[in-house]
Amino acid sequence: MTGLLVAAMARTIPDTAVFVAGALMILAGGIGVIACKNPVHSALAMVLTLFGVAVEFVEQQAEFLAAVQIIVYAGAIVVLFLFVIMFLGVDQRDDVHDEPLVAQRPLAVLLVVLAVISIIALGVEAHWAVGPHHVTGKTFGPYQNVGEVGRSVFTTYLFAFEATAALLIIAVVGAVVLARRSGASTSDAALPAASPSSTTADETADEEVAS
Amino acid sequence: MSLPGSWYLILSAVLFGIGALGLLIRRNVLIMFMCLELMLNAANLSFVTFSRMLGDIAGQSAVFFVLVVAAAEVVVGLGIVVAIFRRRSTAVADDISGMRN
Repeated sequence: MTGLLVAAMARTIPDTAVFVAGALMILAGGIGVIACKNPVHSALAMVLTLFGVAVEFVEQQAEFLAAVQIIVYAGAIVVLFLFVIMFLGVDQRDDVHDEPLVAQRPLAVLLVVLAVISIIALGVEAHWAVGPHHVTGKTFGPYQNVGEVGRSVFTTYLFAFEATAALLIIAVVGAVVLARRSGASTSDAALPAASPSSTTADETADEEVAS
Repeated sequence: MSLPGSWYLILSAVLFGIGALGLLIRRNVLIMFMCLELMLNAANLSFVTFSRMLGDIAGQSAVFFVLVVAAAEVVVGLGIVVAIFRRRSTAVADDISGMRN
């Protein structure tokens, strides 16, 4: 009995270490996003969080999503954020001590803490929706994740997949229209419009290649 | 792969709370956007966890679509931020109150 327990512990320890490492990355990055005064630092802290989420995906055998997470989020969305921050110039006027609304920040903290506690309490009450809390579920077997996700996306969710293609086209066109300076026809006016749209086109290409 | 799913769900709830907190207490529109991304990532994490707990790959397909929609949302949102900045030279949410008066 003790030997079995020790064997189980030995199998669990690497998983636990990976989980704790990913969780620390997620929490440190998340606190960094909301605590840094400089938006560039917040964007870099967000990279840490996104990487931590990718680690948790790998830990749960969602390898394809981990790769897409790194490529799309860290590789495209954060770059887009940094581009816009650089384009607008770093705005330091977001003073954390400046409170236009009386007691908004303490109230926000209180509300969020209450909300998180009640979410967790709901989960405990419902046994995490799937049964006793130690349920871990079956796995899909090694090296099958990409095939499984691909089969699901291209059969059951084919219509949704086509709809996302249309959505991306609409988003690209919308970004071009929004970022274009109306009335001006100089080439530097087209520059901010061209960059977000080309990043999105790269993203689309990445996703299509990855799929 | 033998960790209980509840650990991931608690982590996901905490990450969602951090994102919501940032959305409420920060004034910079760009950082509010980043907090929105954190909340989307928390939802993705719980999708993947439920996918593993229930042995159903549909949760991972949902995460795929959330990623695509998040990309589209960021592109349009940042386009709006750039357009507002052109007109009003500000990225602070308190200064964008033209509709109130």
